[in-house]
Amino acid sequence: MAAMTAPAAAPSAEPLLSTKGVTRWFGGLCAVDHVDFTLPAGEIRALIGPNGAGKSTFVGLLAGRILPTEGRVTFAGEDVTRLPAHARMARGMAYTFQITSIFANLALFDNVALAVQRRLAPGQSLATEVEAALARVGLDDRLDQPAGDLSYGHQRLLEIAMGLAQNPRLLILDEPTQGLSDGEIEGFKVLVREVAKDATVLLIEHNMDVVMSLADRITVLDMGAVLAEGTPAEIHADPAVQRAYLGG
Amino acid sequence: MTGLMKPGALHVGVALLLLAANFLLPEYHHGAMARVLTLAVFAMGYNVMFGYAGLLSLGHALFFAAGLYGMGLPMQHLGLAAEPAFLLGIFSGALVAAVVGALALRTAGVAFMIVTLMFAQAGYLTILYFLEYTRGDEGFVIAREARTVFGLDLAAPEVRYLAAWLLFTVAMFVVLALVRSPAGRVLVAIRENEERARMLGYDVARYKLGAIVVSGALCGAAGAAYGLLFGYVGATFASVQYSILPLLWVLLGGAGTVLGPLLGATFMFYLIDLSSGITDAYMLIAGAALVALTLFAPAGLLGELRRRACPWLP
Repeated sequence: MAAMTAPAAAPSAEPLLSTKGVTRWFGGLCAVDHVDFTLPAGEIRALIGPNGAGKSTFVGLLAGRILPTEGRVTFAGEDVTRLPAHARMARGMAYTFQITSIFANLALFDNVALAVQRRLAPGQSLATEVEAALARVGLDDRLDQPAGDLSYGHQRLLEIAMGLAQNPRLLILDEPTQGLSDGEIEGFKVLVREVAKDATVLLIEHNMDVVMSLADRITVLDMGAVLAEGTPAEIHADPAVQRAYLGG
Repeated sequence: MTGLMKPGALHVGVALLLLAANFLLPEYHHGAMARVLTLAVFAMGYNVMFGYAGLLSLGHALFFAAGLYGMGLPMQHLGLAAEPAFLLGIFSGALVAAVVGALALRTAGVAFMIVTLMFAQAGYLTILYFLEYTRGDEGFVIAREARTVFGLDLAAPEVRYLAAWLLFTVAMFVVLALVRSPAGRVLVAIRENEERARMLGYDVARYKLGAIVVSGALCGAAGAAYGLLFGYVGATFASVQYSILPLLWVLLGGAGTVLGPLLGATFMFYLIDLSSGITDAYMLIAGAALVALTLFAPAGLLGELRRRACPWLP
């Protein structure tokens, strides 16, 4: 789109995702207040902020689970503001829930097959793709087990596998490491770095160790507005952020 | 690949067994099973919507009646032949389901049950209102001469059983193919966790409407076939009783299993049949059996079997 005006091949001429003045009121409460947000392709972005800062509402607006009161959301060069969630997912977003949401009564195979089958190209084998996605989180030895029988940590990993299995352009993770053990968190970090080679990742995260080691850049939300944005080092040093969030 | 072979073998086996029954069953049971097989198609249609997509309708008598009258009225008043009338019955079922579905899907849960119930009642009253054409409660008989397909007399017991068998077998394999397809997996996903299915990129409303239309077509086929095989079209089949029956058959046999509807319909038919031979209070026996089954096998006969022994059962 920007081909006519772009003078040189900038590394990310057009952001994968952006919002302009996006706002959401719930009754008398403004949960997200005129947020301008830009996410270049290929980045790992962390979204942090105190409880009630509007993080989940904001990613809900991005994913289409919540429609904005005003403002615009653009994804891959297309205005998706009025598109329902499923249509945004079909355009290359994937979303994992803050509270684990899987198909508890279905086998692991079917859980991941549901994520895979929609994007399966002719000639690709469903079984192969499903096993590959489960192998990435180390659950490929339990294909026939009902997902509800997994431990909480493994259910989290399954949900991440479902996100990966969609081959998304943008993977939105809402507090993915909540409830994971230290060992599982290390595995998760490796996984996200690997995913970020071909996808853009946006994660809401409370675990500052995960944020600092994974994120290319961090956006801090407070009271529904962007308080600060920068590299982990910049955010760490920002006095306003320290006051609002890090308790410095 | 046993995962694919077993269900295939089971369903082919059931179809062959029911075919063999044509030659083995004594006269009374031969006639009864022709009826049960036709009603089992009605139950299978109900099951697509309830057992797989998780949509509880209390108005399926409307789809059965749409097939029955969609076939019967043009035969009675326009002299249409049985073959096109049957196809028209299927089409009527699907069309009525599409319209009711598009409106009822604006609601969910209990409201959805009530809306479907109300539509079915409206359908029932419409049939009574157009007394001149439908003959209302009294209904009308389809002349025996008209009840022939490709020159075969549907009123002849052998032909009738085989026609019911053919309809059942086709419906069974249609449902089996559907539930084992990617679309069938999405329907189950919607039943299990609608929001997750949506966030995997599936247009939930479209899939639900699709399930309702398939359900309506199957129930319409059952209604049209019932009228053709037994030669009678009447408003009773549009009454609330015929909305509850498929729900009971499916619950008994096992919601979300391909063969559950057949098992449930057979079980209930013979339960009432046998207990009415023992006492006048046969509904009491039937009721007690239903309560016991609900208590001890809440997933239905086949649902329980799947849970305990055969997880591969589709």
